[in-house]
Amino acid sequence: MTRKGRRLVLIAVALGVLGLAAGLVLTALNDTIVFFRTPTEVAERQVAVGQRLRLGGLVETGSLAKQGTSVRFVVTDGNGHVTVAYTGILPDLFREGQGVVAEGMLKPDGVFAADTVLAKHDERYMPREVADTLKKTGHWMEDAQNAKSPPAAPAAGALTQ
Amino acid sequence: MIAEIGQYALILALVLALVQTVLPAWGARTGDATLMSVATPVAYILFLFVGSAFAALVALYLTSDFSVVNVVDNSHSRMPTIYKITSTWGNHEGSMLLWVLVLALFGALVALFGGNLPERLKANVLAVQGSIAVAFLLFILFTSNPFLRIVPPPAEGADLNPVLQDPGLAIHPPLLYLGYVGLSISFAFAMAALMEGRIDAAWARWVRPWTLAAWVFLTLGIAMGSYWAYYELGWGGWWFWDPVENASLMPWLSATALLHSAVVMEKRDALKVWTVLLAILSFSLSLIGTFLVRSGVLTSVHAFATDPARGVFILVILSVFVGGGLALFALRAGELKQGGLFAPVSREGALVLNNLFLTAATAAVFVGTLYPLALEAVTGDKITVGPPFFNLTFGGLMLPLVFAMPFGPLLAWKRGDLPGVAQRLMVAAGIAVVAAVVTAAAEDRGPVLAPVVLGIAVFVMLGALTDLAERAGVGRVSARVNLRRIVGLPRSAFGTALAHFGIGVCLIGIVCESSWSLEKIAAMRVGETITIGAHDLTLTRMENRTGPNFHARVAVFGIREGGVSQGEVVSGKRLFTARQMATTESGIRTFGFSQLYVAIGDETPDGQVSVRMTWKPLVTLIWLGTVVMAMGGLLSLADRRLRVGAPKPARRRVSPVPAE
Repeated sequence: MTRKGRRLVLIAVALGVLGLAAGLVLTALNDTIVFFRTPTEVAERQVAVGQRLRLGGLVETGSLAKQGTSVRFVVTDGNGHVTVAYTGILPDLFREGQGVVAEGMLKPDGVFAADTVLAKHDERYMPREVADTLKKTGHWMEDAQNAKSPPAAPAAGALTQ
Repeated sequence: MIAEIGQYALILALVLALVQTVLPAWGARTGDATLMSVATPVAYILFLFVGSAFAALVALYLTSDFSVVNVVDNSHSRMPTIYKITSTWGNHEGSMLLWVLVLALFGALVALFGGNLPERLKANVLAVQGSIAVAFLLFILFTSNPFLRIVPPPAEGADLNPVLQDPGLAIHPPLLYLGYVGLSISFAFAMAALMEGRIDAAWARWVRPWTLAAWVFLTLGIAMGSYWAYYELGWGGWWFWDPVENASLMPWLSATALLHSAVVMEKRDALKVWTVLLAILSFSLSLIGTFLVRSGVLTSVHAFATDPARGVFILVILSVFVGGGLALFALRAGELKQGGLFAPVSREGALVLNNLFLTAATAAVFVGTLYPLALEAVTGDKITVGPPFFNLTFGGLMLPLVFAMPFGPLLAWKRGDLPGVAQRLMVAAGIAVVAAVVTAAAEDRGPVLAPVVLGIAVFVMLGALTDLAERAGVGRVSARVNLRRIVGLPRSAFGTALAHFGIGVCLIGIVCESSWSLEKIAAMRVGETITIGAHDLTLTRMENRTGPNFHARVAVFGIREGGVSQGEVVSGKRLFTARQMATTESGIRTFGFSQLYVAIGDETPDGQVSVRMTWKPLVTLIWLGTVVMAMGGLLSLADRRLRVGAPKPARRRVSPVPAE
């Protein structure tokens, strides 16, 4: 094989692999990404039933109901309220009145069926989406967030779900 | 007092790093041997000073000096001593200091072991190392100083984040940093070569052991982090495709590619430009990883608290080194002479294929990690790119690579014989097919693809053994000659086989755990029994326990298998008093290579406790496989040819080993 031929084969293989990679990435981006939605958006039915999404907000105080391993609670951002149903063990940092992100899909009866629940994992940390939502709806309490922080803020990293 | 000593040591280290950057590089430019020779002693002293600063911080933590902000935020006087030490790097400031300490350590090691390097190359390498140290010392001193005092000092500290109060913190970050920062050496070598405009096979020989060492640490660091997350988070997952995990995976993929292309360069003098580019990219990905983790740009389960000043600072460091490196590459790469022709089907060709797939996989992970950030910046849409994305793209790119892996080492250099190699792999392939078919017949659950992947994993493991058998001439010559040849094989041959074998082992663990795990979630009372797979778990009792800085409520389960008692497994929840924060302590029992994983949730007032139990078949192979891989790397590192180095590039002794 000539030098030119070898180089052509090499380039063809490289393009093939890159094409495969690009194809996979684009397909996956189309099919697998999950959008974040606020309770207001979900309550107003801006999302399709059965579509996978992340719902984030605060766990409404007094809304938590357990029956065996089935749990129900209400997520709110001050305006909208969405009931979330979940089966399993809630994360250690799950508390009423605190930030939470639930991943799953909306059922026709308006209940959000979650298969994953993530809670904020540190006294000073809250999922960024939740913090943004609360700021937007005016429920962000700067003082409450900072009250517990020592002078130089950074908290040690946590790796909890 | 100790804090001030640490502070001064850091400032002096900064001055030394400046000296190490400027003088040797100037000397290399002007050909001044005296200036160049400054590099070695300065590299030692730099390590000494950064080491002193680090020791000072450890001392502050050990004595629980609550007049220092960093200690107040992350320590507690009642913590066990081991966690007092590890909390030194369980926070942003301390971990950056550890980063620089590792950097200085590697600089000192290059100075120590670089005796056979050409003077100019060594001076330039240490100068580049010095410049990285300058950047990160400035970062620490201006944005992340761990030695700041607080007035008045509080009586007690805020405690270390309970999740980090685990022996994992003692091992995981140092290993990971040894890997991350070890890649700075490859980067420094690449920069030095570009500055000189000269590069040859000897260069690859010098770079390969450093890259290999970094790769071994990175492999172990990632595996250790994975196992830590697995047992500590109570979730039972071992890889979350979290941005921070991806940040460590990307340099690993790139370093793996670099290791393989450096082989081609060393043996055949080909792929020079590509190897240099990979060296730059690998360290760039390390820096990007540092940026992602340290700047707080991510909503990550690892994310440290946000501070934009730091983010911008690291971004500047990132652009200077990545941009500078790539710019120098663009300017000088054209001058590097290409050598070593090869046919597409050859060992070189196989290694090129390996590089193509690994870089494509790196790019896929990169896109998945940064796309959400980019999208949010541009459109404001918030999305999550989760495991489905990575499983499809990364899996889709790794599977063909893994399948092709046994072929590579069996192909000859320059021009290979693919049908011949395929023939030699027939036995391995046959057994793999049988394994896949038997698995498919035995397991009616799980994805259709799982038995196929399992077959590929078996193929990879047997392929690695085939390679050794072929080199020993099994089946062609007598057993005695086989044995003599095996003994005579270079250690790097065993290293390659072992590392490839480890990938197969790891893959088996991954497939089995993700396809055939059994999970049950139930609300249990004391005395109740639940059956999972072949095991019966009985909740025998609930207990209160007390630790040095926490209270625990634990559930004790008796395990029975076919009516025979198999001991107990204990899972609990700990409430850490200082932060009023709870953590789950998972209970894990290992049976062979499989594990029973039990985590409990809250207890209701009427004595019910929610329990999640999972049977994870062959799950430990995931980490054992990575350990085997790392051992392969260590074996290669022990190879005489690498230790001896290469005084003259082209000189090669005739070795008694036939197929090398």
